[in-house]
Amino acid sequence: MQLVLDTEQRQLRSTVRELLADHGNVRSVVDGAERYDRALWKQLGELGLTGLVVPEDRGGAGAGHVERAVVLEELGRALSPVPFFPSAVLAVDALQALGDTEVLPALAAGEKIGALAVSGDDGSWGTVPVTATERDGGWALDGHAPFVLSGDIADVVVVHTAQGWFVTEDAERTPLSTLDPTRGQAKLTFTGSRARKLDTADPPGVLGAVRDRAAVALAAEQVGGIAKVLEITVEYAKVRVQFGRAIGSYQAVKHACADLYSTSERAESLLRHAAWVADHEPAELPLAAATTQVFTGPAYFEAARSGLQLHGGIGYTWEHDAHLYYKRAKSSELLFGGQDEQLARLAGLLAEDS
Amino acid sequence: MSGEFRDAVRSWLADNVPGDEELETAKRFQAALCDAGLAGLTWPEEYGGRGLSADEQQIFDQEAARYDLPTSVFRIGMGMCGPTILDLGTHEQKSRHIPPLLRGEEIWCQLFSEPGAGSDVASLQTRAVRDGDEWVINGQKVWTTVAHLADFGALLARTDPDVPKHQGLTMFLIDMHDPAVTVRPLKDMTGRAPFNEVYFENLRLPADAVLGQVGQGWLAAVTMLGHERVSIGGFVRKRRDPLAHANLAETARRYGRDRDPVVRAELAKLYAAERALALFNTRLRQEAEAGSPPGARGSVAKLAGALLGQQAVGVASTIGGPRVAAWDPDDPAGAELALAINQIPSSSIAGGTDQIQRNIIGDRILGLPREPVVDRDVPFRDLRVGTQRTA
Repeated sequence: MQLVLDTEQRQLRSTVRELLADHGNVRSVVDGAERYDRALWKQLGELGLTGLVVPEDRGGAGAGHVERAVVLEELGRALSPVPFFPSAVLAVDALQALGDTEVLPALAAGEKIGALAVSGDDGSWGTVPVTATERDGGWALDGHAPFVLSGDIADVVVVHTAQGWFVTEDAERTPLSTLDPTRGQAKLTFTGSRARKLDTADPPGVLGAVRDRAAVALAAEQVGGIAKVLEITVEYAKVRVQFGRAIGSYQAVKHACADLYSTSERAESLLRHAAWVADHEPAELPLAAATTQVFTGPAYFEAARSGLQLHGGIGYTWEHDAHLYYKRAKSSELLFGGQDEQLARLAGLLAEDS
Repeated sequence: MSGEFRDAVRSWLADNVPGDEELETAKRFQAALCDAGLAGLTWPEEYGGRGLSADEQQIFDQEAARYDLPTSVFRIGMGMCGPTILDLGTHEQKSRHIPPLLRGEEIWCQLFSEPGAGSDVASLQTRAVRDGDEWVINGQKVWTTVAHLADFGALLARTDPDVPKHQGLTMFLIDMHDPAVTVRPLKDMTGRAPFNEVYFENLRLPADAVLGQVGQGWLAAVTMLGHERVSIGGFVRKRRDPLAHANLAETARRYGRDRDPVVRAELAKLYAAERALALFNTRLRQEAEAGSPPGARGSVAKLAGALLGQQAVGVASTIGGPRVAAWDPDDPAGAELALAINQIPSSSIAGGTDQIQRNIIGDRILGLPREPVVDRDVPFRDLRVGTQRTA
């Protein structure tokens, strides 16, 4: 196993970091002017990053999960308001697992935005309450998907119903109010929506495969977020002076920073392993992915909470970015149905293992 | 080549690892290990080592991790004193001490901590006074692991109280069998006595007992503590450790608690934390192989390991409930778990407390400003040291 990035992977990291530093603008979205950063999304597509793990013959770059994790870490650090995770991870992975060749190239190229409808009313991953009916040689969908990440801006939606997987461009989008202002969610309503069926022998198996890869991808965002929180907090502790000393010289602050560092290093280690496993030992991926989410989900929220606290009053302002990490961390922790479900899933895998 | 080496290590260990950890067994095992060319892998051949690379050491460690080797009594010699003598010793010191250390013929202890000098080792009070060509040592050490079995010790003592505390120290190599050295076992909170108090009453040392330079004892101590961090950070939890996830999961099954959702959730969290630390250690090793040594990042492994132990105590309590507090005297599992729980506080204290590890991470890795120092430029004799109560 290889847990240290090689030269090319580090090069990819600095390229993406520079791109996001020059062109990312989280505030245009946070302050409500835009729903996502269109210019940045376009650039990510042009650089081939939206199709990183898609094979070259399907319009992708043919790279691995280790590389995609590097990109996601940077997007997570910068809180870049682009639909990379919903489209270039969730929708792309689902279409790839389903063997689709019609829509995948456009998503891989970043020309269209995809979304994945798999969260039920309780947030758990499974099927959405949608019925599919055969009509005029095609299919029609009726029902709703309550929580769809980037559902407000998606061109294409991949829907998991009790009758299997469907892809549609026809849905009524009702944007939800979200805790995290950098990533939209919508309720999608389907009323006789024309859809195409994506046949597969094992619909729940596809869901499992998508979830494992999504868990690694989300962990990458989380690890990037933790690293950035650590960085801005340590920087602030060095320059903020109270009682005649930089606050970072007080052990109460220094020790909290040390704990942040320890969290950051261990979360990164789990991520590097899970991403490597996704590329090289796919049979081990379910356990590695579940283990990683059990750790990084709560770790990111705790890191963001602690980082905000260490900033004191300035950390509680709208102007400062600390709250954006806090909100992203909490929302991310709840993406696959919350910690109880993560723990039960890992416990189940461990019981199988023994 | 490395495949052959791995096969050789594997088959030798399979044939030679003994079933107990008695002292005589340990010594026989270490001598056999040495005869097989598997001791001191990275140490120079001139002094009985093999002169191999870190790759071979890693292969050996991986293979050895399948066993509980009986070598813990040699850990301070192999992990700390030996490497420091190799770093700073004279040719005579290396020739005299390294070969018998490697063969397990001579056991070493480290004499740093004192009743008044724990985290602040540099404030130690044991005095070394020059008398002609000799040094005369008086004072007391404490928490000295394996001193009761040791043949030699690395002693840090104060040779000059008129300069600031870090500048007046010197390291000596001493014979623990000298009648001027008294070793008294000190019981720890488990009721066992793995460490000792050591008293020096007019212990006379020749000039060539100095390791490194007179007045440069702090440098020697830092060198040795650097080896200690690597040795503790890389320390693999014992396979039989009742607080390891796999063993707690087994305990849960034995007690019929493995279907309880709270037990399952806590075990899952523990597993994730254990994996996070294990993978962090692997990453440190891979980075070291790629040319960037772990340095102060070893403190993260040490700190995280201590916190993992505390977490495991909580999981054990959830699983065992009242059986953790009271058990059938004939049930060895109950006693083993209780011992493990009682040992956990030591991992947050020994080898640098959790608080000191956080200072190291904050100061050396994150570059946070240090606390204002009140004792750096003050002559030692004017300092307040140790535990002082006002009347």
